[in-house]
Amino acid sequence: MSRHTNAAVSLSDLLWRRPNLLLLILILPPALWLGIIYLGSLFALLAQSFFSIDEFSGVIQYELTLKTYGELFRPANFDIIVRTVVMAGAVTIGAAVVGFPVAYYAARYARGKWKAIFYLGVMMPLWSSYLVKVYSWKLILAKEGILNWLFETLHLGWLLNAYLAIPIIGGNSLSVSSTGTFLVFLYVWIPFMILPIQASLERVPHTMLEASGDLGARPYQTFLHVLLPLALPGVIAGSIFTFSLTLGDYIIPQIVGSSRRFIGQAVYAYQGTAGNIPLAAAFAVVPIVLMAFYLWIAKRKGAFDAL
Amino acid sequence: MNSAIRFSGVSRHYGAVKAVDDVNLDIAEGEFFAMLGPSGSGKTTSLRLIAGFERPTAGEIHIYGEEAQSIPPYKRPVNTVFQDYALFPHLNVRDNVAYGLMVAGVGKKQRAKSADETLEMVALGAYGDRKPSELSGGQRQRVALARALVNKPKALLLDEPLGALDLKLREQMQEELKSLQRSLGITFIFVTHDQSEALSMADRVAVFNNGRIVQIGTPEDIYYRPQQPFVADFVGSSNVLPPEFVAKLTGKTAHGSLRPEAVHLSETGHAAQIKSVSFLGTATRVSMTIQGVAMTMLVPKGAVIPKAGDTATVSWADDDLHLMAVQ
Repeated sequence: MSRHTNAAVSLSDLLWRRPNLLLLILILPPALWLGIIYLGSLFALLAQSFFSIDEFSGVIQYELTLKTYGELFRPANFDIIVRTVVMAGAVTIGAAVVGFPVAYYAARYARGKWKAIFYLGVMMPLWSSYLVKVYSWKLILAKEGILNWLFETLHLGWLLNAYLAIPIIGGNSLSVSSTGTFLVFLYVWIPFMILPIQASLERVPHTMLEASGDLGARPYQTFLHVLLPLALPGVIAGSIFTFSLTLGDYIIPQIVGSSRRFIGQAVYAYQGTAGNIPLAAAFAVVPIVLMAFYLWIAKRKGAFDAL
Repeated sequence: MNSAIRFSGVSRHYGAVKAVDDVNLDIAEGEFFAMLGPSGSGKTTSLRLIAGFERPTAGEIHIYGEEAQSIPPYKRPVNTVFQDYALFPHLNVRDNVAYGLMVAGVGKKQRAKSADETLEMVALGAYGDRKPSELSGGQRQRVALARALVNKPKALLLDEPLGALDLKLREQMQEELKSLQRSLGITFIFVTHDQSEALSMADRVAVFNNGRIVQIGTPEDIYYRPQQPFVADFVGSSNVLPPEFVAKLTGKTAHGSLRPEAVHLSETGHAAQIKSVSFLGTATRVSMTIQGVAMTMLVPKGAVIPKAGDTATVSWADDDLHLMAVQ
């Protein structure tokens, strides 16, 4: 017993004398996980994108080439990229617009019980299966669904039909339109926008807003010149989630939406039945490049200055 | 003198809590006015009522003759220097100072010029391009001052602006604020819990306690002629003597106020039991009891200092015992 205690004490002493050793012990497992399993497999995938596929035999040729990246710019493939980016951008903007007031209320006014209700309300949808939520939305948006029924009951069916007649965003019913895909994306990812915005708004001292008003700023000016810039790191953090999650998702557009494909679906299809791993890998690079570019722009525009 | 700020029966209640309770006050144009009191006494809430961050639950506030209840903060001719300065961290010093002009629609060149001039006035002319986070506490304080002054307010509200500064800087800023106020000629309303700050800077002082003003007057009035035991005790930690004791001394039943510096060791007088002695630098503070009444005195440098446990004889001039009516 005493030997054990002595050993424990001497280990503590050793770690106290050599703080870097403690740091190394703490950091090594996650570093190995992140470096080898996580990033390693990602780079292994990305390396595939520099190979190509023989169009006749379907065999992967292990020679470094940019031919596969060239394939991305074929109209059929490029359309997929544009469609996905536009959808991800729309979902991000939509989530910011809807999420900001919710986050603002939670950060500024909700106290005690109401704060708990807010967290519960935002987090609870995350507790249920993603697939369950998506299929529920398919039912809500279907022609026989509750939304259609609501419009009919309010004698506004003509309005919904007029909207669905618009090309690109419309369709036979909401559940097979891009609008439907947008709504489901918005619903599924919005907690990831609300929570970072709320955290950043929490950190804005109330006197900052009072100071702005005191100096003559009307409420909209205070919002524009003080609140928004100070909450911007939160909005950017949220947008990183909503944007990248939408870019990579392949289930939602498969269940709700038109038959037009998104990047995630393309990756899924090319690496599976089509057996075109190089093109799938090249598609997988697109969101990474887009996100890197997005963050670079955000940093240049000073989005992180208030951090 | 015209009235700058007038409170008529102003109250600000939060449920059962009376943050400000039936306050009447009249601040003249160009006056340096201090609101003094312990924390929670209602002085900051009164300042926020003037700025418009709070609305009174009863009473009327007039700002330069205009009824202010329905005027939002952004339309009031007053500006505030906040206790935590509340500088905008995402803007540099120049843009912070120019903020009021920017939201008022002043052109970019003109507002940069005005901001630089105002920064010059607070001796920070060279700091326009820095971020607030790159400045010291004293410098931030000056930026907050410049930012409030650039709008040319009719009254400047200062909420414990020197509270976060160290002693030396605080004394220097007191001087500067005073000379700034004299040269600009605008009304300064200053909230503080530091009685020496209030006494040294203000033309008039309002002492707050429990949401009410207990006394308004010149620093001399407040210091030498307190009307209530609370004022005597809070301003300069005077000895507040109970009415029974005062009755034995003077024959009148009243609270007595006796400054520690007015009590001195003497050949004849009252017998005092010395309880404790603490050295303050310029003087030594001696705590004692006289006929069971606790008292302190300040013994100047050079005098013979009694020890704890000793018995000493002390006295004071009759004039120094100030009487306050029992309420």
